[in-house]
Amino acid sequence: MTAYERVRTARGKRPTGIDYINGIFDGFLELHGDRRFGDDPAIVGGVAWLGDKPVTVIAVEKGHTTKERAARSFGAPSPEGYRKALRLMKQADKFGRPVICFVDTSGAYCGVGAEERGQGQAIAENLMTMMSLRVPIISLLVGEGGSGGALALAVADRVWMLENAVYSVISPEGCASILWKDSSRAEEAAACLKLTAQDALKLGVVEAVLSERGLGQPAYYAGLRARFLAEIERLEAREDLTEQRYERFRAFGRPESV
Amino acid sequence: MPILNFMRRPHNELEREGRSAAEVQRDQHEPEKTCPNCHKEQPLSRLWANGNVCSCGYHFRMSARQRIRFLTDKDTFSELFADISSGDPLGFPGYAEKLETVGAASGERDAVICGTAKIGGTDCCMFVMEPYFMMGSMGAVVGEKITRLFEYATEKRMPVLGCTVSGGARMQEGLISLMQMAKTSAAVLRHSEAGLFYLVLLTDPTTGGVTASFAMEGDIIFSEPGATVGFAGARVVEQTTRKALPKGFQTAESLLEHGFVDAILPRSRQREVISNVLRMHSESEGRDAE
Repeated sequence: MTAYERVRTARGKRPTGIDYINGIFDGFLELHGDRRFGDDPAIVGGVAWLGDKPVTVIAVEKGHTTKERAARSFGAPSPEGYRKALRLMKQADKFGRPVICFVDTSGAYCGVGAEERGQGQAIAENLMTMMSLRVPIISLLVGEGGSGGALALAVADRVWMLENAVYSVISPEGCASILWKDSSRAEEAAACLKLTAQDALKLGVVEAVLSERGLGQPAYYAGLRARFLAEIERLEAREDLTEQRYERFRAFGRPESV
Repeated sequence: MPILNFMRRPHNELEREGRSAAEVQRDQHEPEKTCPNCHKEQPLSRLWANGNVCSCGYHFRMSARQRIRFLTDKDTFSELFADISSGDPLGFPGYAEKLETVGAASGERDAVICGTAKIGGTDCCMFVMEPYFMMGSMGAVVGEKITRLFEYATEKRMPVLGCTVSGGARMQEGLISLMQMAKTSAAVLRHSEAGLFYLVLLTDPTTGGVTASFAMEGDIIFSEPGATVGFAGARVVEQTTRKALPKGFQTAESLLEHGFVDAILPRSRQREVISNVLRMHSESEGRDAE
């Protein structure tokens, strides 16, 4: 598969955030609102059981039907979505619950209201606060990982990607139109941007690439559940979690690795 | 022959048929700049003498070194991490050549300059982004230098002043540039957790991944008047929403109105206000310290 075919697959018909939540966790209780301004339907968050462990779950939700997708802004979160995620993460920190995030967004919502309510500030605050949480954070990129809007839910101890998910600083179309003034060269840009899961693994941006065999089946979700449980147990055993998280991100682009 | 008068060099001011001395400075060899706001043409020397501000108040862009000279006490700036330069982590087509041309044209190795200086007598660490190097875009070098500066400031217990100008993440460095947002934010957090002061001065334009990381993480955030500050580019917002943008969209003044900057600071007041606020957060110096 070429890089751009992966982009198309990541954007195509596949399970969305809520499917993962329902498949993996028991007794999910959705918690709404950022306590500041509103509730963003593009991000779904709440508490749930992972086996016998209470966890905080946050997922970008794109929706399946056209109507659902429009209602959820096609999975492009507004500042309220990031602030809701932030609220739930701080709550998780307070009660010692691990945080699991499912990321699937083309990017943060692009609009006048989102800008006026501080899209940049909302993302920046998430980056900083996630770095300070004392509980384990795992982020799984299940579809599109679009730029800062995705990173705002992926400052984690472990970042995993499904094999057809993509993770990029800019969309291939955006890159082509800025660099070559020609958005139809997106295919070429996708290859240059090194945005596939395998590329991200090579760059050290993710720890694991997960096979999609059986994606969406009950057995697949059971496999993910077991994987999360095992990893959380390992992470909870560590005492220097925030130090390790700092070092994880500190390592990108040191002169010797540039 | 009056027609040949232009060939005669005047020997002194009095010979110049009653023109004022100020007019004499306007010789034809001096480059002029037209103000995009009031459309007046002005010789560069006069603009520079006025901190690159037009008489109408329009703030022209400033190179990083010019800004450092403008803000800091004379001969107190000492540069840090100057030897770090960009690699090409993705082997992105055309990027290595681009770095070379931009480097030669700007005289800088990358888009940020870091160091220590005194401002109004108070010591601080500072980073100043460079608009003339790929519009201040953030790749691994910008992220690394800013991160090192915050680590240095945390160790030495010093405040940080950051002047931002950036088109956002540097796409030629792909995910590595995206990760700089998390890396710099982590360093800002540690500096903040140590109880130390971080002051941001937003300048035109500050957008994208820089707005969504260290530009919005200051304890106090100032902006130059008229600066464009936002996350998504205005043109992209317009194309996506297919609606005309409201007047003043993403200007410093609009951010002030919506509560995202503390104050708008014209250049004429920057030194005075910044040195005052640095002194208020200084651990060693009192109000009267020089």
